[in-house]
Amino acid sequence: MNKFLWPLVGFAALVVLLAVGLNLNPRDVPSPLVGKPAATFSLPVLGADRKFGPEDMQGKVWLLNVWASWCVSCRAEHPILVEFSKKIDVPVIGLNYKEVRGDGEIDMSKTDGETEAKLARERAAKWLKQHGNPYQLSVLDLDGRVGIDYGVYGVPETYIIDKAGIIRMKHTGPVTPDILSTKILPLVAELNK
Amino acid sequence: MTAKPFATETCREANPAGQRHKENSPPCAAVFFAVLCALFVSVVNPVFAKEAAPLAADPLTEKRLMAISAELRCLVCQNQTIADSNADLANDFRREIRTMINQGRSDQEILDFMVARYGDFVRYRPPMKGTTILLWLGPGLLLVLGLTVLVRYLRRRNDAISDSKLSPEEQRQIDALLTPSQDSQGNKPQ
Repeated sequence: MNKFLWPLVGFAALVVLLAVGLNLNPRDVPSPLVGKPAATFSLPVLGADRKFGPEDMQGKVWLLNVWASWCVSCRAEHPILVEFSKKIDVPVIGLNYKEVRGDGEIDMSKTDGETEAKLARERAAKWLKQHGNPYQLSVLDLDGRVGIDYGVYGVPETYIIDKAGIIRMKHTGPVTPDILSTKILPLVAELNK
Repeated sequence: MTAKPFATETCREANPAGQRHKENSPPCAAVFFAVLCALFVSVVNPVFAKEAAPLAADPLTEKRLMAISAELRCLVCQNQTIADSNADLANDFRREIRTMINQGRSDQEILDFMVARYGDFVRYRPPMKGTTILLWLGPGLLLVLGLTVLVRYLRRRNDAISDSKLSPEEQRQIDALLTPSQDSQGNKPQ
């Protein structure tokens, strides 16, 4: 009995191990930035002639959403963010990530800095007009430098930042209604207490 | 259609044998082609050469950049290093690393910079600590486990073999079989 049972137990253990392994999402890399202060920056605001930094949100719980008009998944999550911004009183700041150079279609060797900035503003504004604007404001990270400080590697990404400016959660990939209701909303409610 | 008279003339000069054929002869066509190729290469090659010369501004910086980026994982193509990957993010990483090298930061500082933002996962050789101990020791543990099972199995099988003794009857049968003179059918062995 024992002789036949052991291989079976081994096999079952292997099946469980592989099943768990296959159901993990390799894209879901835990961010070391959770629990750390949000990196500071000063970036130009879309549609305005001023700059914005995380310090401006001190004392508020807010969402930082990384997006770009070339990002296909952003389009998928966008209606959810628009809906969220209408219903819930939590500011969402957009970090427009590499609007121009992230788009593989554009030849950057022929584009200088000024043209890039202008083009980025045009493209981003047009996209928001077309799909709705859930953001209190959006800032432009043309070269993705601020993105690196936030550990961005797959747009869209969403960060929840608390009143003290500490990153409390990071979500990589599009926000789904499920993630919104099970993770983001409870955490925001708790932080706002 | 200026190419045709030019080519026929060249053919005649280069290959008088071609004149024997009244119509467009194969050797003539071949030479025409060769000349065309030569022309093409001589005209176009310098342009290619210019494009294929990504000379590093500072070879030492580039060397360090390659060494550091070979230690780092590209998070877009997760099984490629930053050095190997052509993903946009890898390009950005290389740009950042180059900037940091030029700022005079040490290799360790640069690796720490990346780990602080992207976690241990960004390193191909993560540090040994609580969360990575299984990663480092797992293969060794599995090897030891496998060897233990194997040795135990072999010992047990060995014991089983040496324990079984032959009965006198079995011994007699073996002796009979092994006797070279005759086998059981009474035929002489070869």
